[in-house]
Amino acid sequence: MSDIDVFGTVMISLVGGAIRVSTPYLFVSLGECITETSGRINLGQEGILILGAMVGYAISFKTGNPWAGVLCAGLAGSMLGALHALACSLPRVNDIAIGIAVILFGTGLAFLVGKPFIEPAAPMLPALELGWWSNSEAIRSALRVNVLFFVGVALTFALRWSFSSLRWGVVLRTVGDSADAAKALGFSVLYVRFVATVVGAFFSGVGGAFLSLYYPGSWTESLSSGQGLMAVALVIFARWDPLRCLWTSLLFGAAGALGPTLQTVGFGQVYYLVSAAPYALTLGILIASSSSERRAAGAPRELRAV
Amino acid sequence: MTPETALEAINIHKRFGEVIALNGVSLKVRTGSVHALLGENGAGKSTLVKCLTGYYTPDEGQFIVANRELVSRSPREALRAGIGMVYQHFTLVPSMTVAENLLLARSAIPFAIGWRNFRREMDERLAKMPFRVPLDARVVSLSAGQKQKVEILKQLLMRRTLLVLDEPSSVLTPQEADDVLGALRREATAGDLSVVLITHKFREVRQFADHVTVLRHGSVVGDGATPTLPNEKLAELMVGANMGASVSKPRSASKTGSVRLKIETLTVRGANGAIAVDDASLAVSPGEILGIAGVSGNGQRELIEVLAGQRHAESGAIAVDGAALSSTRAFMSQHRIALLPEEPLRNACVPEMSVAENLAMRTYDEAPIVGRRGAGRWWLNPATLADWGRGVIVRNAIRASGPDAPVKTLSGGNVQRLLLARELGERDVGLLIAANPCFGLDFAATARIREKIIAVRNAGAAVLLISEDLDEILELADTIAVISAGRIALRTTRADASRAAIGLAMAGGAQVNDSREILSA
Repeated sequence: MSDIDVFGTVMISLVGGAIRVSTPYLFVSLGECITETSGRINLGQEGILILGAMVGYAISFKTGNPWAGVLCAGLAGSMLGALHALACSLPRVNDIAIGIAVILFGTGLAFLVGKPFIEPAAPMLPALELGWWSNSEAIRSALRVNVLFFVGVALTFALRWSFSSLRWGVVLRTVGDSADAAKALGFSVLYVRFVATVVGAFFSGVGGAFLSLYYPGSWTESLSSGQGLMAVALVIFARWDPLRCLWTSLLFGAAGALGPTLQTVGFGQVYYLVSAAPYALTLGILIASSSSERRAAGAPRELRAV
Repeated sequence: MTPETALEAINIHKRFGEVIALNGVSLKVRTGSVHALLGENGAGKSTLVKCLTGYYTPDEGQFIVANRELVSRSPREALRAGIGMVYQHFTLVPSMTVAENLLLARSAIPFAIGWRNFRREMDERLAKMPFRVPLDARVVSLSAGQKQKVEILKQLLMRRTLLVLDEPSSVLTPQEADDVLGALRREATAGDLSVVLITHKFREVRQFADHVTVLRHGSVVGDGATPTLPNEKLAELMVGANMGASVSKPRSASKTGSVRLKIETLTVRGANGAIAVDDASLAVSPGEILGIAGVSGNGQRELIEVLAGQRHAESGAIAVDGAALSSTRAFMSQHRIALLPEEPLRNACVPEMSVAENLAMRTYDEAPIVGRRGAGRWWLNPATLADWGRGVIVRNAIRASGPDAPVKTLSGGNVQRLLLARELGERDVGLLIAANPCFGLDFAATARIREKIIAVRNAGAAVLLISEDLDEILELADTIAVISAGRIALRTTRADASRAAIGLAMAGGAQVNDSREILSA
């Protein structure tokens, strides 16, 4: 193989890897984008992601239908989201603290209930073969793209449009930007935030199902390594714009795919170093986008932590 | 048919615990009139209006709006009865456009918004309104006057027939206030609109109100057509007969030649990253009060934050007695810097800590609170602190249950007393920086603070006074600067100052032209 071929293969498998790895980021960040636009932070996305992964895998195994697994993963996420939303609706309750509790609760619940599902193999989600034209196995496997990714992309554009042109989108932004204005207009701030948290958690649950039902594609206790939390950071970087959530998810996905990709062409020794890329990226982004004297542009004004 | 009386309040009572906020208030607002509700802070104006708009439930009494009694007393019912409230703190959504905000005001927002149709409809309806606003501008980028106009348009578009304006001019330049209130007055005279104007400014009553009701301590103390009540009478009614005269301390020694506080080409960015203070230069000498006038949000907050060490300057220099300002305790005590910020409970006290601890914040490591030498120098004895605190409390007539009471249990006036004692009373002052020091305080507390500021100046301190209350600036300052959009737009002495010129500078020249065009359009 010539150098050019190696480079081409690396690039293609990096793109494929980016798409694969980015899908859970995309779902969690879109969900978090909805929640944060309403003026609340749900840090519990990590716990919701893990619970979604476990429930998705278990239901797919029991019913034999992976899509039923995805649906139930979303519903399980919503339940946890509802818990977060209800707790945060109480006066003087801090959303960050509740979020951390939800991470611990969701993770613990998933590990407890998920024990029997670590071994068996559940039916996986189908993928589209976008590499059919090539006879290189590397390219074909790189361009095997899961249907959920396209669902996520469609959702991105739907959300972006809804925020400006649907009633609930405008109400959501109002509540997130000025609770006082929303109250004066007769909207129920707590109700809107409740719905936003529940819907946002549904998407995160679906993102979790992708982890266990497609890539990496099994239920283990080490399935998520902080993707849920990184997606929360990602929303800040994407400045609460769904379209930028998509690009940023792909960037994070590419960073995550870098290690495995280099390993396939024989740079195995740097694997662990390169695997740290997403974490370094998160750290870098958070430092770059935070300032004690300046508020991030585009931030919903009701978010106290930003 | 339009009823003769737009609003009638009958014998409204409201108490909060021990405090009687409203004690049998009755009034009638004639349809098509501007009715002023005049009173000091705490006279009950806001409580009355909150009862009317359904945010509070009165203990007794009833409201009759357009011949029908308001029954359930929820904000929703008030809206349905056609009562529109224009708040002092705007209820617009800041990062949305004006068009989006007007959309939100509709009683029913369609599920999917047809922006093109909505815009066409808005353009048609706005053509009939008394003033224009840019539909595509984001609310954050609007001036206070424009925001107020959007608020009012919102109410008018919703076909509200009774508008309640809560101290509209507290956030407007005099010209903007004239512009907005003038347009509303014309609207009222022409049609079915009635306006209740909450204010404490005689000028506005005189110029725009047909009828005035004066409240004091929760009771109606005066009521009549505006021409029948001259200003002197209004003042007497508002503050009580024997408190009317404003306390003005004689001024001694004029300022000396030297400069104590020197600010040179200072540029500061605000919380949103935009330039808030733009190339400002100021100098204050010992024995001089420099008053900085301006509408709120024109860089005053950022300027204060830099002077108090809460924010970094982008460029420029600040020097006190020739030494570059550093916000360390050592520097502040060496140069005898005192600060009187607005809302002292929030900005200058730790509400949970005790009165004595808050009093000692500048001097807790100095004698007599700690010993002069040896181990006593770093040993803070609670008993000594309490003893010292008790003394300060007595000397400054602070009403507190004791030195150990948390500051948050004190009333606003007593928090202010505590702050005056800490910043000005117990030590010598070289430089005083005050920002809206009288905001939200009653007449007596305001007089006490102003007297104290003059006294400090007479004793040779340099005073930088930032205030959104132009009357306060005109009463206290020796020299006056106007800040507009972060720039120093005007510098003048008190003798040469004219209200018109200051108002013009507050608005920034261009903006005033703009609003005049709008007015004539």
